[in-house]
Amino acid sequence: MQNKLLIIFIASLFIWVNLPASSLVNMEDEPANLEGNKLCFDCHANKIYSYENEMTGRIDRKAMNPNFIYNPDDFYKGVHRHFSCTDCHSPDYEIFPHQAELRLEEMYSCMDCHGGDPTYAQYQFDLINDEFHKSVHSSRHDESFNCWMCHDPHSYRSMTRSNFKVSEIVTYHNNVCASCHDNPDHFQRISDSLKRPLDQIHAFLPNYKLHFSAVRCIECHTSVQDTMWVAHNILSKDLAVKKCVECHSANTMLMSSLYKYQNIEARRNRGTLNAVFLNESYVIGANRNVYLNILSLVLFGMTIIGILIHIFFRIKSK
Amino acid sequence: MSEKLYLYPVWLRLWHGINAILFLALIATGISMQYSNPDAPLIRFDLAVSWHNIAGVILSLNYLIFVLGNLTTGNGKYYKIVLKGYVQKVLKQMDYYLRGTFKGAHTPFPVTNKRKFNPLQKLTYVGALYMLMPIIILTGLALLFPEFIIDKVFNFSGIYLTALLHGVVGFLLSLFLVVHVYFSTMGSTPTSNFKGMMTGWHEPH
Repeated sequence: MQNKLLIIFIASLFIWVNLPASSLVNMEDEPANLEGNKLCFDCHANKIYSYENEMTGRIDRKAMNPNFIYNPDDFYKGVHRHFSCTDCHSPDYEIFPHQAELRLEEMYSCMDCHGGDPTYAQYQFDLINDEFHKSVHSSRHDESFNCWMCHDPHSYRSMTRSNFKVSEIVTYHNNVCASCHDNPDHFQRISDSLKRPLDQIHAFLPNYKLHFSAVRCIECHTSVQDTMWVAHNILSKDLAVKKCVECHSANTMLMSSLYKYQNIEARRNRGTLNAVFLNESYVIGANRNVYLNILSLVLFGMTIIGILIHIFFRIKSK
Repeated sequence: MSEKLYLYPVWLRLWHGINAILFLALIATGISMQYSNPDAPLIRFDLAVSWHNIAGVILSLNYLIFVLGNLTTGNGKYYKIVLKGYVQKVLKQMDYYLRGTFKGAHTPFPVTNKRKFNPLQKLTYVGALYMLMPIIILTGLALLFPEFIIDKVFNFSGIYLTALLHGVVGFLLSLFLVVHVYFSTMGSTPTSNFKGMMTGWHEPH
């Protein structure tokens, strides 16, 4: 009996690990706090905001701090779309002008809400947190480098476990990296050093632009974990993948990273591992059509045999 | 033995020699990329990519020399096919290769100044040089500049379809090369045609 239970447990675990997680967020219904949030977005969605100055009685127009401008469309497409702004920010923000000391309020981190909560177990926040703390983003920076540096909670979307196109996933994820690594102004928030442009650093890649549009930065710059959807252990640059064949081979590592969701879906629905390649991309050395390979070997073999037979009869008839 | 014929001018021999070397380089690097294996690399992947690209560009330029040469010299006339009765001529040549040659029969279409190629040879050369070569050059250039390739064709990746066509045509040209080299041994002696491509003089049967 105990053995049976163990088998059932292992089987359930295996199925859980291998099946794509369904989103916990209802993306179909209208956002729960559309009206309430409108008050905030009336100012914070625009470069210029206006208000009635009680001292002068005039309508003043001011420029909004660019760091506090948010796109409502992005917010309502994100995973926090049903949130009210004051779920995370102080309710005192409902009063305008905002009190100056509110700027010093302590922000929540991902783990404050998601850590250790079985509701979010499928997203593996605790494992992500562990991996993040191993990464250079954590080890080489102080605590101010947190999840929000890369994942803006005002627009964060769960891309990898959905039916997004691979190209959309790549663009979304790479924009996250590029927002600092290809933007000197942002990069200087955490470092005084000047970075060389990304195209110079990656000049060794044949067709750098194509690589950047086809694969994510994290494909080469993280330590891939089989049990994780998105690797978070960002490695130092000297440990980045530089061997082309890691991706350009039959056992391409992209199958366990970028193509993981599509790969599992393809196996579940059609049983064809190659489907994602056929529909979405082409990776030299990784796209192999078994039937064409066999056909080419048969044709080549028949040609050689034909020639050998011809040679035999030529010699015999001499 | 008939008199030797000067059929292969210098420009043609140079084109042919360069083409042969590039063909071998492209086949080796192409196979190495398509079947890249981290454990047993034929040629290191990044080197294979670079060499394949360089060889492909030179091959394309060399092909232009071939086309221009055929347009501006008399060599182009050897590739013209008159369709009337051509199938019978091809079958006759095939019959010679499959039976006649073993019985000591004479080649049905001996090489002359007016006819450099037998009908079967002409057909394969036209197929390889005027059909397959343009396809492999155009698909190769497209893969070199993939930003110009249509993103999706009937829901398939445009790059994948281009690469598939490039690979299939590359394979067919590789087969052509093997058969071409073998049939070159069927001159008046097994090496006479090879000597002819070096000196320019063809030694008839």
